[in-house]
Amino acid sequence: MSAPGTLMWLAGHEARLGWRDWTSLMTAGGRTRARNAAIAIVLFAVFMHLFAYWIVKGYADASIGSDTSTLVAITTTLLLSWSLLLSQAMESVTRAFYARADLDLILTSPVSARKVFAVRMGRIAIGAVAIAVLLAAPFIDVLALRGGVRWLSAYGVVAAMGAVATAFALALTVALFRLVGPKRTRLIAQIVAAVIGAAFVIGLQVMAIFSGGTLSRATALQSQWLLAHVPDMNSIVWWPARAMLGDTVALTAIIVAAAALLGVAIALFSARFGDHAQAAAGVGSATVRQRRGSLGFRRRSPQRVLRQKEWTLLIRDPWLISQTLMQILYLLPPALLLWVTFRNGTDNYVVLIPVVVMAAGQLAGGLAWLSISGEDAPDLVATAPILAGRVLRAKVEAVIGVIALVFAPVIAVLCFDSVFAALIAALGILGSAGAATLIQLCFRVQARRSQFRRRQTSSRIATFAEAFSSIAWAATAAMAAALTWFALAPAMIGLLILAGVRWISPPRQA
Amino acid sequence: MNASRPIALSTRALSKRFDRPAVDNLDLTIYGGEFYCLLGPNGAGKTTTLRMVAGLLRPGGGGISIDGIDALADPVAAKQITAWLSDEPMIYDKLTPYEYLEFVAGLWRIDTKAAEARTRELIGWLGLERQAHERCESFSKGTRQKVALAGALVHDPKLIILDEPLTGLDAGSARQVKNVLRERVADGGTVIMTTHILEVAERMADRIGVIANGRLIAEGTLDELRVKTGAAATSLEDTFLALVANESAAA
Repeated sequence: MSAPGTLMWLAGHEARLGWRDWTSLMTAGGRTRARNAAIAIVLFAVFMHLFAYWIVKGYADASIGSDTSTLVAITTTLLLSWSLLLSQAMESVTRAFYARADLDLILTSPVSARKVFAVRMGRIAIGAVAIAVLLAAPFIDVLALRGGVRWLSAYGVVAAMGAVATAFALALTVALFRLVGPKRTRLIAQIVAAVIGAAFVIGLQVMAIFSGGTLSRATALQSQWLLAHVPDMNSIVWWPARAMLGDTVALTAIIVAAAALLGVAIALFSARFGDHAQAAAGVGSATVRQRRGSLGFRRRSPQRVLRQKEWTLLIRDPWLISQTLMQILYLLPPALLLWVTFRNGTDNYVVLIPVVVMAAGQLAGGLAWLSISGEDAPDLVATAPILAGRVLRAKVEAVIGVIALVFAPVIAVLCFDSVFAALIAALGILGSAGAATLIQLCFRVQARRSQFRRRQTSSRIATFAEAFSSIAWAATAAMAAALTWFALAPAMIGLLILAGVRWISPPRQA
Repeated sequence: MNASRPIALSTRALSKRFDRPAVDNLDLTIYGGEFYCLLGPNGAGKTTTLRMVAGLLRPGGGGISIDGIDALADPVAAKQITAWLSDEPMIYDKLTPYEYLEFVAGLWRIDTKAAEARTRELIGWLGLERQAHERCESFSKGTRQKVALAGALVHDPKLIILDEPLTGLDAGSARQVKNVLRERVADGGTVIMTTHILEVAERMADRIGVIANGRLIAEGTLDELRVKTGAAATSLEDTFLALVANESAAA
């Protein structure tokens, strides 16, 4: 056992906390739910492997000697994944800065704060690497199974990507802290993280729309113009792709470089981490005086009062608006596509509608969490003379109201061109948003609105269910738009997801 | 004397069990216009009892009657005349006190004119005039607790249930809260409150109930409790500790 206060001892402490966080997330703190969670994880792993098989089975034969377009495709996929990892890592670093938690204990103890924060940054890196490896594992396994063990080197590449993402996230967050100060860093860092996560996908889609008139990223990546302008195959730019394909020299170089970069970042930033965290903890809220539109109280029903309260709280919180409406960013490409469609007179609804439906599901999920779980005065609402069912109904109505407001213009524009497409899109939005809201109802917890960013970690099952439900309803809408009865299949999957959620969700207790 | 007074709250064989019994067949009777303090060591079942009375927890067994209304059969009617305030003021950071009170009045379906007049009165009583149109996010705990108290009183409840309402308040804020509660009782309202500050119970309560292991082990005025412990000249602190010690020894 390591001596107290040493790096190893602190790492052991962080590892124990991390493990307990993970197990309580998976089991929601209840031993009896461990079995259900284990079954769900196994089913999810099987599903992901089947999904991965469907996606990557055709790429298993790619090798180091493949043509430039293969290297472009792999590198772009890696960049895309890395941007998401960077986004996640930035959120973790920001959280670490602003979490009060054990800060007082750390800073008043005789242990070197630098050591503590170095270990904490290491934990963030390990978390980023673990998530990246877990999500990539089904794809790598399928590729290794079909294309040979050389594909296992992809695990090394993914781990290196996690380490580099953490190093960049540390540098970016610290730079923001110094540029805009502790008061604004949180909001800006989280917006930057979300934009980084979305920008690459959106950028590629915008390129694809202008070059091929579709939302397919593949169109952009296979364009002759792009292939003519990329570096030759021996360039260092392709090393990550070559490492993926089993080039051991490239793999070793990438892992060593990533570890070194992370080490340098930790060494550079751990010394000042305590100062930044202290500054962040000392940030108070400024006094905001509110002007009233009208004098005097307004006569409204309790349900209307509840809906109005939800909307007021959302409008007045720029951070929450940025977090929830960030999903709207994903509507930019379909909106652009809609514009291109009208201009060119082509029919792209099969591509457009599912994107809109999925965005509606994701937006509804976030809003439903805020409205249903993120109630800052739960006792007040629970002791009010209104039936609990009516309170929930009012909150769901508040969510649907925002969804209607955001998506009505899209439906209206669609209506001008095709009433059928508008109807399918509207039904898809209703299905996707309704399902996301039901999932949040099943997994409702008592939380504060400020914990919004943690909603995805507080119930991984709800998060995955919400994502897969949105995908299922998006697929249903796409197939319905293509006038095929196969649309019933993803709709059934969507309903099965809801049934599964109902089965696995924690029982409600008074 | 009490027999002629209306009963504001009564619990009969009230029970709740978590891993172990938290409240065990609790019979409690509190009269209209009474200030009742519920005391007990940590984990005695005070908060669980009050949360069941306020409708925040479903009892495992027994009954609750508020002003003659069966609170389990008709919770909406019971909640209409009840207010709840905990030690942690739960208000909305992005609303102003004025907007918060308008929200509460809407939930309780209070006539807008009456609610507005009451809001102005409460804001004045609690010294919140300056902050009335500022968002609550920058308020200190004391100010937040005063806003929450105003919210609890805006619908003019007959029964006010308070769980450690003075925790963390400075002397000035605590006095304002106590004054408002005294005025409420003087106007015929009923207050049931838990507190660990025995001096508050000693000075404010008409009757005191002592709860341990989920059971009511003693009840009465301070003098009656002193007599019960056989030490007539001691403080409430001594009396309370003696009662709890006797209960622990008996258990």
